[in-house]
Amino acid sequence: MENEAKLTAGAITTFGIAVAALVVLPYIQVRDIQPPEGLKPYTSAELRGREIYVANGCLYCHTQQPRDRSFAPDFDRGWGRVTTPGDYYYDKPHLLGSMRTGPDLMNIGVRQPSMDWHLGHLYQPRAYVPDSTMPSYPYMFEVKDQAEDDEIIVKLPPKFVPSGKVVVARPEAVDLVKYLRSLDRSYPILPPDPQNAGKKDR
Amino acid sequence: MDSALLSLLAAFLLSLIGLLVFIWSLRKGLLFENPRAAATIFAPGEIGKADDPALDDQAAKRLQEAITASHGSEPQAEDPDEIKDRIAADRSSAFPVFMFISFGCMWLILGATAGLISSLKLHWPDFLVSEAWMTFGRMRTVHLIAVLYGWITNVGLGIIIWLLPRLLRTPLKGPMWVMLGGTFINIGIASSIGAIGSGWSDGMEYLEIPWQIGLFIQAGMVCIIGSVFYTLFHRKAHELYVSVWYHIAALLWISLLFTVGKLPGVHFGVQQAMTNWWYGHNVLGLWFTPIALGAIYYFLPKTIGRRVRSYNLSLLGFWTLAFFYAQVGGHHLVGGPVPGWLITLSIVQSMMMIIPVVAFSVNMAGTMWGRMRLALYSPTLRFMMFGGFMYLLSSVQGSFEALRSIQQVAHFTHFTVAHAHLGAYGFVSMVLFGAIYFMMPRVLHWEWPYPKLISLHFWLASIGILIYFVFLSWGGWLQGLAMLDTTREFMDSVRLTIPYLEWRSVGGGLMWLSHVIFVGHLLVMILRFGPNRTGEALFAPEKMKLEMMHGK
Ligand code: HEC
Ligand code: HEM
Ligand code: HEM
Repeated sequence: MENEAKLTAGAITTFGIAVAALVVLPYIQVRDIQPPEGLKPYTSAELRGREIYVANGCLYCHTQQPRDRSFAPDFDRGWGRVTTPGDYYYDKPHLLGSMRTGPDLMNIGVRQPSMDWHLGHLYQPRAYVPDSTMPSYPYMFEVKDQAEDDEIIVKLPPKFVPSGKVVVARPEAVDLVKYLRSLDRSYPILPPDPQNAGKKDR
Repeated sequence: MDSALLSLLAAFLLSLIGLLVFIWSLRKGLLFENPRAAATIFAPGEIGKADDPALDDQAAKRLQEAITASHGSEPQAEDPDEIKDRIAADRSSAFPVFMFISFGCMWLILGATAGLISSLKLHWPDFLVSEAWMTFGRMRTVHLIAVLYGWITNVGLGIIIWLLPRLLRTPLKGPMWVMLGGTFINIGIASSIGAIGSGWSDGMEYLEIPWQIGLFIQAGMVCIIGSVFYTLFHRKAHELYVSVWYHIAALLWISLLFTVGKLPGVHFGVQQAMTNWWYGHNVLGLWFTPIALGAIYYFLPKTIGRRVRSYNLSLLGFWTLAFFYAQVGGHHLVGGPVPGWLITLSIVQSMMMIIPVVAFSVNMAGTMWGRMRLALYSPTLRFMMFGGFMYLLSSVQGSFEALRSIQQVAHFTHFTVAHAHLGAYGFVSMVLFGAIYFMMPRVLHWEWPYPKLISLHFWLASIGILIYFVFLSWGGWLQGLAMLDTTREFMDSVRLTIPYLEWRSVGGGLMWLSHVIFVGHLLVMILRFGPNRTGEALFAPEKMKLEMMHGK
């Protein structure tokens, strides 16, 4: 090759085809999707919690995309039905994730609605699941002699509380748990199996 | 008709158009080999001559003897001005290249340390948890930004800026702009690492850098591309050598990619996930890979004094890579909530990627044929050959990994991480090491003080990545199988990976150690400690003269 114009034009063309196929087409396809009826927008506390989720990199160990029942037993593990694009309507940034070092969290709010459990689990996962490899997040909590009136005391198994002290949750931990509890995509969707939807109408 | 079938058809049609474009672009001379074009990297008399600045005199002599023994009669390159131009080119790029390499090596140490800490955290979950910046989620991201954008991108730019003037036979135009660009980029990287540490992240894998900081990086790229294109338009060389195609295209691709991926306020939800992974694989396929391939296309033939076997295979490899690689992003979302046709398209193109990979590998194997043992004599060559081979391995693995049946098991597991390091470390980083060993004596006019350390670095790094890859792939696969087996609880898949994760830390520890040795060695060289070497990394007396002139 001796012509830099051909090189540049060729490189940009192949690139342009890819943008068209992988960015623009999907954009057009999902642009007009409406949120399902059962999906509520996040509250501002939940949005703050979502930011904590991003800032602390929970997404590097947890996915939010249960797979289809014909493909993997995610449903049987209690992680919920397969998701559709509408389920992510309010998600910005998306938190689909790519690792399952820990379980999928798309429906953790259904599976584990307890604020106490979540707070305790964040403070020390091994207090609840002995072999867990999830990091503990002590910096989202404070260890004090006594809690103030409006503070939430974390109810831990006694062994894990420093003696004579109480563990209270900082606001970010509370927001984070509010976000986790909002994760609920158990409402029904139509068609029930979106992956194969195309097959029927064509 | 079945939608899967339709999409398959569409995918093949698209590929066909791509191939047509490709054929159009090289109508001329498609059926003829073009040895002249492949010989442009040599001056008269250089074909059949060893060139490895990382060697001391004696080692260089041994390499030369081995080459002479295996060298057939080949036509020599013709242009007598080549050496003169090369010296002018090297002089013009020395300072910017030095800057990129130094920054790159600094980020390498930081990034590998963060990687090692992240790795330890995965089996010691209560290790370093007291402060927010130390937590796994942030440490891992610091690792990624430091190694991908700090190490690979800086050194990649260093290689591009060093090779282009040589290959275009023109001094670098506007080196100040390149330095300015490099400064912007490194300010961007440093602030991104600070941002991630303090919890400010855009929240998408590979696109964590907040877009406000991304503007800096973008501005830096624009400065560099401007200067590179200015040099390109003023070139003296008629032919563009293979490395130039890869490097020029890579520079264009990365800046466009980064722009599309970071567009604030456009992407959301599932569509954002698709853009995210389209970017995610393209930063590997259209930036790191072409940097490293371009480097191999130069350094490997140059070291052994033999031109690349087939010019047409190079062309085929380049254009099919350009076409197919840009469309493989969807294989990161197999089983996810995205349109099925997109995944199918990406899987098809992942398979098609076998074409450029085989084209490259056959070409390099042909060039090295019967000369494999030269690797014994030359460290640069050893790193390049190792890297080239890992390219073949990681890509073939990747093509099959993209299939639905394999993704079903491997997708969300450590298996992917093992593949990631085979590619980003075994292939790209090893090639970068080799290139640095070749370039630095020319940039600094000083030899590597302790050649034994180069071998030590090579062995620690390659044994390290071997341990890393084998154990993590194995553990990851078992993890995937356990997750698919509903008779086993989820925690089984966590427990069973622990020993493999510990082995990964061992392998990663060796890699980390090799980096410390490497960067230490580089520091000694920069500060000119160590045994006092007269002259530079040279062997041919005639070139010594030229290099001395050049140095003064
Ligand atoms: C190093 C990987 C890792 C990181 C980072 C991580 N987790 Fe986990 N997580 C796990 C593992 C492993 C489990 C399963 C064992 C357990 O329940 O502790 C888990 C379990 C959970 C569970 C319980 C799931 C269930 O089905 O019972 C929740 C909730 C959770 N994590 C939330 C989070 C949040 C919120 C963050 C970020 C602040 C986070 N995790 C970060 C690995 C991780
Ligand atoms: C033909 C070439 C290749 C193909 C088809 C391919 C395919 C794949 C596939 C299927 C995955 C798994 C995605 C997932 O499970 O989430 C993956 C991940 C990855 N690959 Fe490749 N690969 C190729 C070459 C390379 C090369 C050369 C590199 C290094 C430069 C590389 C680096 C990575 C990385 C870093 C990841 C991890 C992404 C992540 O999940 O964070 N790959 N690749
Ligand atoms: C310097 C060259 C290196 C490069 C280019 C590199 C690249 C990468 C990439 C691309 C990923 C993302 C993988 C994924 O998401 O699938 C990653 C993750 C990781 N790397 Fe590295 N890496 C390097 C060195 C190291 C070293 C020396 C270690 C030490 C053990 C290490 C440990 C890790 C860990 C623990 C992760 C996180 C995996 C996870 O999320 O489970 N890396 N690295």
